[in-house]
Amino acid sequence: MNVVEFDQATLRIGNHLVLADISLAIKGGEFIGVLGPNGAGKTTLMRAILGLLRPSAGNIRVFGRTPRRGDALIGYVPQVRTVAPELHVRGLDFIASSVRGGRWGLPKLGHVDRKMIDESLAAVGAVDLAGRPLTDMSGGERQRLLLAQALLGEPGLLLLDEPLISLDQRYQETIIELVGRFAGERNITVLFSAHELNQLIGALDRVLYLGNGRAALGTVAEVVTSPVLSKLYGSDIDVVHADGHVFVLSRGRHIEHHDHLHADHAHSRDRQRHA
Amino acid sequence: MPIMRTAAIVNAMLDYDFMRNAFAAAGVAAVVSGLVGYFLVLRGQTFAGHALGHIGFAGATGAILIGLAPIWGLVGLTVAAGIGMGMMGERVSGRDVAVGVVLSLALGFGLLFLHYYTAFAVQATSLLFGNVLAVDRPMIMALVVMGLITLAALAAIMRPLIFASLQPELAEAKGVPVGFVSTAFLAIVAVGVSESAQIVGILLVFSLMVGPPATAQRLVTGLWSGIVLSAVVALAEAWLGIIIAYDTDWPVSFCIALLSALGYFVTRVPLEQLKMRKSSPRL
Repeated sequence: MNVVEFDQATLRIGNHLVLADISLAIKGGEFIGVLGPNGAGKTTLMRAILGLLRPSAGNIRVFGRTPRRGDALIGYVPQVRTVAPELHVRGLDFIASSVRGGRWGLPKLGHVDRKMIDESLAAVGAVDLAGRPLTDMSGGERQRLLLAQALLGEPGLLLLDEPLISLDQRYQETIIELVGRFAGERNITVLFSAHELNQLIGALDRVLYLGNGRAALGTVAEVVTSPVLSKLYGSDIDVVHADGHVFVLSRGRHIEHHDHLHADHAHSRDRQRHA
Repeated sequence: MPIMRTAAIVNAMLDYDFMRNAFAAAGVAAVVSGLVGYFLVLRGQTFAGHALGHIGFAGATGAILIGLAPIWGLVGLTVAAGIGMGMMGERVSGRDVAVGVVLSLALGFGLLFLHYYTAFAVQATSLLFGNVLAVDRPMIMALVVMGLITLAALAAIMRPLIFASLQPELAEAKGVPVGFVSTAFLAIVAVGVSESAQIVGILLVFSLMVGPPATAQRLVTGLWSGIVLSAVVALAEAWLGIIIAYDTDWPVSFCIALLSALGYFVTRVPLEQLKMRKSSPRL
């Protein structure tokens, strides 16, 4: 069964056209790497799957239904905010806030909830984060915490928006490895957006490239080619294969790397548009 | 013995009716401010709280001008401004410049209203810097009623408020009415600011609404322990401030502001140094 289906869907934010006439189908248990230049619509695509943005034309189906906010089957790790208030709150309370967090009244954490959180933290090897404040955690530890939270309640679909940003190499590999393992063990469909294709190559089944309002979904061999990417980026793109790695180059410049350097700037623009 | 001496001072103070009133009013306002302030600091919205106080100044002086008790103008305009700020959404309430311009304008209007009611220069000082020693019984009753309503409202929205404060994007995705929660919270803050302003004045509301919660968050990382400690610290600083003021003849608001700042910096400095020592080998 297809977990995510776009049928000639068009996504707009205000008057700005982000993705036009997109059709794609993602099967259960697939690990999809979502790539593309900044502002290509990676976050917008995820927000549409979450039911936060309705397509202005066409249809989107998630688990065979129209997406609706608060779907318990979707685990979501939003992009890290560049300007976030300092949170002097321990990891346990941070995660606990998401457990039935929409109910009115005082927060309460039952034994069952506590056990569920402990198990999830243990699964990602982050038991010690329960008692430590977020202000004390490194970027990698925060991502681990967010991943543990996203795995609560046995989701069937995980949406991870740029989870590797601002992590050092070692932690990036750990996160990819953790996500890949869980997705495999529990048959979870994963949409994992990133700036660098090469780190994900070992983990992903197919890649979804966004750019210029268009989308291309397929294996790395099908999608990461000079003609397909030139169309998506709107400029001449070369794809160079070397030593099991794939490099995407524009006029000799490694554009994925270039993107990365300006990631923070572009994200703040992205956020403003989403606000 | 400092404790014996303090006990003797407090004993002497409690002989006076206005002192008993001061302790009661400061106690109510401090607990409300400490509880509401915890979330204000958690959400990084302290500047919005500051602005609400200034807007309240225009409300209070405007009320005096048309012959109402200043507290009703203060509460009315701050609550309206809180709701307005919330409805304009994060895009506006998060923008320091817009909020800063509005708060200056509000102070300007406050000055204009005072200009037409020159007899009340004393009133202006007590609005800006508080006058807890002049609180009477009806005012205490008003503080208690407003405080209870505020805390009931805070309890009602606390769970989604915590979720939306810690993880706004996820809360939105999970179907929490983030906009409503944030607007309701700013209305709650507005009442908290009004209470706090009765004790320490509009310009010093931070000493009860921001200092104690920030101190509490430095000391403990649990949510409930932080909330309770914030109220306890606010109460302790407010009461101790009144005692010191009685003993030294300094203004009460100054003593509370001093304790608030001391509490914050004393808990902040050693922790920062510890953190630096811990993290440096990692680099």
